Amino acid sequence: MRYAMAIDTKKCVGCSDCVVACQTENNVPIGYCRDWIVEVTDGTYPQLEIEIRSERCNHCDNSPCVRCCPTGASHYEPGGIVTVTHNECIGCGACINSCPYDARYSHPEGYVDKCTFCIHRVNKGQQPACVAVCPTKCMYFGDLDDPNSEVSRILKKRKYKTLIPEAGTKPHVYYLI
Amino acid sequence: MREEIITSGRLNPNIDPYLHIWHWHIPLYLFLGGLAAGILFFASLYTVLGKENKYRGAVRRAPIIVPFLLIIGLTALFFDLKHKLYFWQLYTTFRIESPMSWGAWTLMAVTPLSFVWVAIHIREFFPNWDWKFEILRWLEKFFTEQKKLLAWALLFLSTILGVYTGILFSAFNARPLWNTSILGPLFLTSGLSAGSAVIILFSQRHKERINFAKIDIMLIGIELFLIIHMFMGFLASTEVQIEAANMFLGGQYTAPFWIFVVIIGMILPAVLEFLELRKFHVPVIIPVVLVLFGSLMLRFIFAYAGQMSRWLY
Repeated sequence: MRYAMAIDTKKCVGCSDCVVACQTENNVPIGYCRDWIVEVTDGTYPQLEIEIRSERCNHCDNSPCVRCCPTGASHYEPGGIVTVTHNECIGCGACINSCPYDARYSHPEGYVDKCTFCIHRVNKGQQPACVAVCPTKCMYFGDLDDPNSEVSRILKKRKYKTLIPEAGTKPHVYYLI
Repeated sequence: MREEIITSGRLNPNIDPYLHIWHWHIPLYLFLGGLAAGILFFASLYTVLGKENKYRGAVRRAPIIVPFLLIIGLTALFFDLKHKLYFWQLYTTFRIESPMSWGAWTLMAVTPLSFVWVAIHIREFFPNWDWKFEILRWLEKFFTEQKKLLAWALLFLSTILGVYTGILFSAFNARPLWNTSILGPLFLTSGLSAGSAVIILFSQRHKERINFAKIDIMLIGIELFLIIHMFMGFLASTEVQIEAANMFLGGQYTAPFWIFVVIIGMILPAVLEFLELRKFHVPVIIPVVLVLFGSLMLRFIFAYAGQMSRWLY
């Protein structure tokens, strides 16, 4: 089993519903976010192209945050989801410094916090909150090892990219282009 | 002109717009840890070489400050933790891939051994010292007999401590400025240089001072060599590392780095020490303070600039 997410940059309109859904679902402290919208405008005026991405932790296969954690609080859950055990985290900040996506932050209560792919929902067979609420249905979540899962099928059909693959992290959030 | 504009909706405290999760505590600790490693390295080296009496300043006198340096450094580290009450989790596991885990366990070993080292040399400063309790007298006798073994252990551990202060940074591939294996040797050399400067201050023999001035000049030369190689490596690397180097080659850290670290903290004290060797009289405190200042600034600038260097995507 290998959980992954595919996000269609052609369908995403950058409405931020996923951001708000995550903040509500996971009780994210005010002023923080676990997922966020990035807009990239590229080209020479007036020939401009815009790409909108909903970004979050990439739940990498080769996670630098898991590697550098001195206590083992940052770890892989079954299915490759990277999570932080709050009462093992000492708040040293090594993982925050190690993430090339800057996907982590220090929770006001002290421990380090980040996207969990809504593991509490996924374990019950539900979709992550951001995927469930997306009004354009541009996000796909599922098991990469299952060839019939939604995410496997869309990745077979469409061209995609990952963010900073050259960082060697083997990210598992795919952007359909 | 073709342009690419990236707009992000993320504004997490201490993460955006620039990462600043490590404040003054970490560079201060890296300085104190590096300095402690430098002093302990020379103390144990000259003990292992059997030159203890020729190098009393290095072996017996300078290490007295090491426990204090380590305690202040550890306190700074503790205050840097955001989830302080769980700090003991560091000592429930050893994680071979995590430099911070290596550092935590090395400190766990070095700190008590540095206390032992000071205790068996306490009569250097207090000739009439008496341990009062029989068990303490016995322990002093035991450790004095095992001094060579203790020195070997400290030689090994102080090298790890000195290198680790740089590896802590270089292990993060997310920060292109830190992601160079030169940082380990550079911080070790800087720590040794700071250590030899403090030994000059504690030494009472002219010959020992001259020797450590020579060692310090050599170490500063190695540091300059490593710094030049570091920038050569960056400039020959990928765009993110070229950008990282440019912070020091025209960017915002250019003046602080080249003035405070390289000129005031390395070249000037090396010149003053060289003049001392040429029989000019230079007050001993001046080059020592300059070297320590340079060593501290090196860590502050690298800690802060490194967090600003990032991947662009």
